[in-house]
Amino acid sequence: MSYFIMDDYDVIVIGAGHAGCEAALASARMGHKTLVFSINLEAVAMMPCNPSIGGTGKGHLVREIDALGGEMGINIDKTFIQSKMLNTAKGPAVHSLRAQADKNLYHIEMKKTLENQENLHLKQGEVVDIIVEDGKVCGVITKTNAAYRAKAVVIATGTFLRGKIFIGEAAFESGPNGLAPARDLSSNLKKHGIELRRFKTGTPCRALSKSLDYSKMIEQKGDEKIVPFSFMNDDLKKDQISCWLSYTTQETHTVIRNNFSRSALFGGQIEGVGPRYCPSIEDKINRFSDKERHQLFVEPEGLDTDEMYIQGMSSSLPEDVQRDFYKTIPGLENIEISRPAYAIEYDCIDPLMIKLSLESRQIENLFCAGQFNGSSGYEEAAAQGLIAGINAALKISGKEPMVLKRDEAYIGVLIDDLVTKGTPEPYRIMTSRAEYRLLLRQDNADIRLTDKSYHIGLASEERYRRFLAKKEHIEKERQRLEETFLMPLDIKEFLESHESTPVQNKVSLAELLKRPELTYEMLAEIDPVRPHLTSHEITNLEVQIKYEGYITKQLQQVEKFKKLENKHLDENLDYSAIDGLRIEAMQKLSKFKPASVGQASRISGVSPADINVLIVYLEKQRRMRDNSNRNN
Amino acid sequence: MEDTIAAIATAYGEGGIGIVRISGEKSFDILSRIFCTVNKSGNAAVNDGVNLKYKPFDFSKDMLNRKLTYGYIKKFDTDEIIDEVMAVYMKKPHTYTREDVVEIDCHGSIISLKKILEEVISLGARLAEPGEFTKRAFLNGRLDLSQAEAVIDMIRAKTDTGYDAALSQLSGELSKSVSQLRADILDILVNVTVNIEYPDEDIEELQYSDLQNRIDIIVQKLVDILKRADEGRIIREGLSVAIVGKPNVGKSSLMNALLREPRAIVTDIPGTTRDTIEEFINISGIPVRLTDTAGIRETDNPVEKIGIQKSRLSFEKADLVLFVIDRAEGLSGEDIEIAESVKNKKVIVLLNKSDLTSCVTDAEIGNLFPNADIISTSMESGEGIEKIKKAVYDMVFDGRIRQENSVLVTNVRHKSLLESALSSLKDAAKLAEIKESFDIIEIDIRNAYDSLGEIIGESVSDDIINEVFSRFCLGK
Repeated sequence: MSYFIMDDYDVIVIGAGHAGCEAALASARMGHKTLVFSINLEAVAMMPCNPSIGGTGKGHLVREIDALGGEMGINIDKTFIQSKMLNTAKGPAVHSLRAQADKNLYHIEMKKTLENQENLHLKQGEVVDIIVEDGKVCGVITKTNAAYRAKAVVIATGTFLRGKIFIGEAAFESGPNGLAPARDLSSNLKKHGIELRRFKTGTPCRALSKSLDYSKMIEQKGDEKIVPFSFMNDDLKKDQISCWLSYTTQETHTVIRNNFSRSALFGGQIEGVGPRYCPSIEDKINRFSDKERHQLFVEPEGLDTDEMYIQGMSSSLPEDVQRDFYKTIPGLENIEISRPAYAIEYDCIDPLMIKLSLESRQIENLFCAGQFNGSSGYEEAAAQGLIAGINAALKISGKEPMVLKRDEAYIGVLIDDLVTKGTPEPYRIMTSRAEYRLLLRQDNADIRLTDKSYHIGLASEERYRRFLAKKEHIEKERQRLEETFLMPLDIKEFLESHESTPVQNKVSLAELLKRPELTYEMLAEIDPVRPHLTSHEITNLEVQIKYEGYITKQLQQVEKFKKLENKHLDENLDYSAIDGLRIEAMQKLSKFKPASVGQASRISGVSPADINVLIVYLEKQRRMRDNSNRNN
Repeated sequence: MEDTIAAIATAYGEGGIGIVRISGEKSFDILSRIFCTVNKSGNAAVNDGVNLKYKPFDFSKDMLNRKLTYGYIKKFDTDEIIDEVMAVYMKKPHTYTREDVVEIDCHGSIISLKKILEEVISLGARLAEPGEFTKRAFLNGRLDLSQAEAVIDMIRAKTDTGYDAALSQLSGELSKSVSQLRADILDILVNVTVNIEYPDEDIEELQYSDLQNRIDIIVQKLVDILKRADEGRIIREGLSVAIVGKPNVGKSSLMNALLREPRAIVTDIPGTTRDTIEEFINISGIPVRLTDTAGIRETDNPVEKIGIQKSRLSFEKADLVLFVIDRAEGLSGEDIEIAESVKNKKVIVLLNKSDLTSCVTDAEIGNLFPNADIISTSMESGEGIEKIKKAVYDMVFDGRIRQENSVLVTNVRHKSLLESALSSLKDAAKLAEIKESFDIIEIDIRNAYDSLGEIIGESVSDDIINEVFSRFCLGK
């Protein structure tokens, strides 16, 4: 194919979804001339599925993205129309923020941010090939025969890559939301030796609000007190829009059951693997036939549209069946469907083929992120995009990649899971995937991560300053609480009024705060002269004090975990030269080239004895090096 | 800081002395909590039989670095004496591992070794992995480079046999109980997880009372298992003894007589026991795993053939063989064949049916087994049963039977894992009682789940998440 040369860039990002936007912004903010392609600029930061950001585990990711200087948190704070902290009845480790987004506004705001970002160039175009020279990627070629050279490339193609939509018996090539798919890139990636596989996901229908009867549904309001996603925002005030809850009926199930044979899912047309945590309604009814009803939420798509998202009801049944079953649901009797539910299949890679830095094992300077890596979800995508962008930027500056560890961030858990264990289905983050959940809270994401980001040149001065101030305020206040003692008589009434056990001796404010029934806010009554703290600071302080014992326990576990994580393994290590490794372990290690002994221990097929052998071998190598240094 | 590790450093049954070795920062502290010395005037601390009024232990006064000291090992919490010992502590770095090391020389009996090791572990040491002392010696620079390969070989060999042993030592019953308990815990974890991960879903909310009940039931089951473990019936340990002989010489009757309860089916029909049967008995404190094998003979019956094959396998693994001969019938070709196949084993020959006229002479037996003990027995009258027990006991304690201690270690390991699961669950129950949040309680429940998983060799996996999705209908 002949092509003409266009401009040179440092980093090129293929795709401007949630992964692509973060990757491009990170790279540009770190000072590199960055170009980001989107098949259609109307698809920048598009939310083709649910109109919300956050939730359990996902909310944690957004906080971490924000702490690292990413954009998702800031953008959702600008564009949310309802906000809710989930799991507040449970412990602080699993408090999870979720916000309903105005989809269009989310897209517009993100696009504006990209457009206004220094070093960042946004271009509509379909990338059909990457240019690889000597095992190194050095540019891309578009459908219009334009070649753009770059030092590093990030692939973030989402569901566009050879996308195929299924609605009942109908199946056609398409990207998400009716946009054009990326048809040609797949075969060219294969040509470069990158193997692809098929995953599948789905989305429910959109319906016009005026056709729905909310009097038959249960209203779901947002929280009165809004907690912002971004650490850059202390307080947010906004009028919020409600969501609505309804349930399927026996009739719904009958309609669906009678039409199982017409579902693309059961018809066998779909070859891709779908996620278990995102089943279509026909799948739910098939697998959980004894469940009397399934819940669904009706959620607004935005302020400037009448369209509503029917959460919980994704389907690949034909449109007539969709119309018939949606109508059996209380409040949806007269539903007017504006966009039918569909299933979509797309190409992605086996993430075992990428490194912890998200760089390809096969092609140097090629980074991969988002659904292309086999994940699912906007937040998972954005998290990877951010890391891919950061590491592309670091790589071309000749610096070490930033790899977050499992004890440092959910982002670390997400990436380590993907690239070490692989995934049989689109991967979704869950808080229970983290070993050290109590340390990876959403309230301390900035304390955990902002410093790291600042030192690689991403987090802004302003963010860093806020982080330092927060740390200092919390530490000072913690000290004050520990050193301020109250006499039993002075707090007798206060304790009684909060049904808290009276004390016999003097007691510190910190000790009182440890009591489950008391909060920092309540203590203001007996602690009138206190410094002003932001809500972020108060939350963090409360958790630190209330859960100190558990946190200490988990920190000790982390110390043990770190011992193996900190034993670095050279990428060029020849595992076949290590006597004593079992053959299976030797092959797996040679293939995956783990970055540390800790990562090696998580590879299936590597036993504890293999790890011991590895440790002894490393020590032997170290001593041999020492000896030869001494002799020289 | 590295964990403090402990292990039995001698093969047990080897003789009068057994050694428990501890290495790591907590070694001295552990020793000081369980060791007591005799007082200065030379009198042993007052020992009223059970409890010892001991002198508090003082390193600087009572013990010298690298000098053996005479004293007692007692239980830390009850002061009950476990054994009379010689103990030594060795300050780092001049030790094998270059860490603080303690060695306790005690009586070689399985019981005292095991009790001391358990006590050491309960005070914060962890059971050493196979080859771990040597690994540490190498990593800490005690062994030179040329020994690296040897260290790797040792880790490899010891771990592989160790893991095989660990799995083969798992009785069907323990493994079943542990799997069942894990399934029960998994049930709870799935409920907790789904409540945490899917706060919006239409799922029954977990109640504290329910959680507490379910934990309590598991705690009770664990307590029962541990109790049985102490009685030596569940956890396989001790001496493996196989009863062999051709069909219908009275093997099953012998088994029943030793057990004092009928377990094997006894009939007059040769070939009744077609499978091997295992049971546990306690001979003067030595736990014995007794295997009744199918009678060995030429047969065309396929079921019986499998039984005979199993018999051969089980006596090949046995530490001691009880070879039963029907003296009324005389030595047959089959007997001689069997004798041939066990000639490398420690054997006690039982001339059974002593109530009948003997057709076997001592010389004939002497030819087959020059050094074997010979005991006349009658399962009808019970003659010889006590003699068998005495002979087994003597053979262990005069060192004629040796056994690798992997078996014992495996069992101590099982027990310590069961105990750690128990303590995690008890913590969880306490937290449920004060209504601590589910995600905090989950930490302890998951620890218990992982500890039990280690016993049956199932590592951390995606069990919970898989179960969540298979049991609950979730998602957008």
